[in-house]
Amino acid sequence: MSAKAVNGDILQAIGGIPSETKDTVVEAIGVDKYFGAHQVLKDVSLTVKRGEVVVIVGPSGSGKTTFIRCINHLEKIQKGRILVNGHLIGYRERNGRLYEDAERNIARQRREIGMVFQRFNLFPHLTALGNIVEAPIQVRGIARAEAVETGKALLARVGLADKANSYPAQLSGGQQQRVAIARALAMRPSLMLFDEATSALDPEMIGEVLEVMKELAREGMTMIAVTHEMGFAREVADRVVMMDEGRIIEDTDPTRFFTAPASDRSKAFLARILR
Amino acid sequence: MNFDWASFWHYLFQPTSVYLHGLWLTLSLSVVSQSLGTLIGVAAALGTQSRFRAVRALVGFYTWLFRGTPLLVQIVFVYTALAAGGIFRFEDIDLGFVVIPGNIQAAIVALSLNEGAYMTEIIRAGILAVDHGQTEAAKSLGMTYFKLMRRIVLPQAIRIIVPPLGNEFNAMLKNTTLVSVIGVPELLLATQMITSATFRVFELYTVVALYYLTLTTLWGFVQAWLERRYGEPSRSVAQNPGLVAGLRKLLTRGEPVR
Repeated sequence: MSAKAVNGDILQAIGGIPSETKDTVVEAIGVDKYFGAHQVLKDVSLTVKRGEVVVIVGPSGSGKTTFIRCINHLEKIQKGRILVNGHLIGYRERNGRLYEDAERNIARQRREIGMVFQRFNLFPHLTALGNIVEAPIQVRGIARAEAVETGKALLARVGLADKANSYPAQLSGGQQQRVAIARALAMRPSLMLFDEATSALDPEMIGEVLEVMKELAREGMTMIAVTHEMGFAREVADRVVMMDEGRIIEDTDPTRFFTAPASDRSKAFLARILR
Repeated sequence: MNFDWASFWHYLFQPTSVYLHGLWLTLSLSVVSQSLGTLIGVAAALGTQSRFRAVRALVGFYTWLFRGTPLLVQIVFVYTALAAGGIFRFEDIDLGFVVIPGNIQAAIVALSLNEGAYMTEIIRAGILAVDHGQTEAAKSLGMTYFKLMRRIVLPQAIRIIVPPLGNEFNAMLKNTTLVSVIGVPELLLATQMITSATFRVFELYTVVALYYLTLTTLWGFVQAWLERRYGEPSRSVAQNPGLVAGLRKLLTRGEPVR
């Protein structure tokens, strides 16, 4: 891995922070979520301002992944509401009750929200560039030439200019995840969700992906990241949110979280994860 | 043994127009019915994934009915029984340049519906074999269900679908013989018509068997090329050889074209 993971200003490739981005990007209010009889989210509320980087930590099974999957409606919620850029996500309100929205509207809302998955989920039948231009062309209706230009610029800025025509199977895990980040950015999202984006990577590849995430954070992208990378949290997070058993038990700045956590469960968690 | 080699060679290499018309019907019925059956299969396979119980039940009933009854019964039912029952009669359709007889329409309907039922299961298995993460990634990029099916899931499912699809078409080539019972003069009925005039039964059935064998063998090459083309997801279509180049490589037993 000789190529640098970041070459310059990444967001410049998509024209900076999208103009639709509101001052309050995410507003989750009293979210309850059940898998069958098991309640995985209990009255979760979280507000994320424009440009904020929020890292969600917590033991496995604490609901952190489920929560960010609710933010782009990959999971339904049973109570509460989630707004992104002021739009109610996944539901429509009628007479004070929430009804699941039409598929077309949900798809439209998801354009504003980029998501990066633990297992990359690149499209194996498309090249790296093909992965990036697919949604801009098919969903946003952008002309192919323009999408390709943006796609190449994004690839260059995540250090993969020479991999445009490679298929996912020909790329390392770290390279695949950088393509996945570029793919999400190509839709010009207001918000980026990272669901354990480095957890499936070999240790030597974690750095290159974190480097891209850190650069995005520095450039002012609004981000929510579920991660076990405490270094990332310490370095770039504006807030650390600790979840346990479906609840947010602490929401504070990283310095405070790492030096003087308020709850015993946070202390126990930190003691385990920091060895 | 009573085998007239002269008749055999004659009918093998100088087929009459009746025979050639039969060959044309066999091929065109197979291609048209397989194509329609595949389209039905795609639609019905998507139906099996529907969130509406009624749609799933309808598809379940369809596959149950057409996989649970003999194709020969279906053919006679569609053409003869429906007409006899006064429900529906296939009339000849004049397209101006060509007339499509009612029995050929009925043959296409019966073969396509039967094939669709099998293709439903094959395509459903292909769709289910695609990792769910692909659907989630496509959704998170703002794709609607039909778009993500068409652009992301089905192209990957093809890899799973192509081998059994090849077997289906092989079977289809041979199953077209069944429409001879409703008077469609495809290869088998053409052979029967010639034998009733010449009584060269042994020779002509040997010839017709060889014709089918040739058709299925040629299809085997096409199938191998298809599997090669769609076999590996990481390989681009552009990097693959065309049909002719692929066949040449296959015939010369060369290394698979990369």
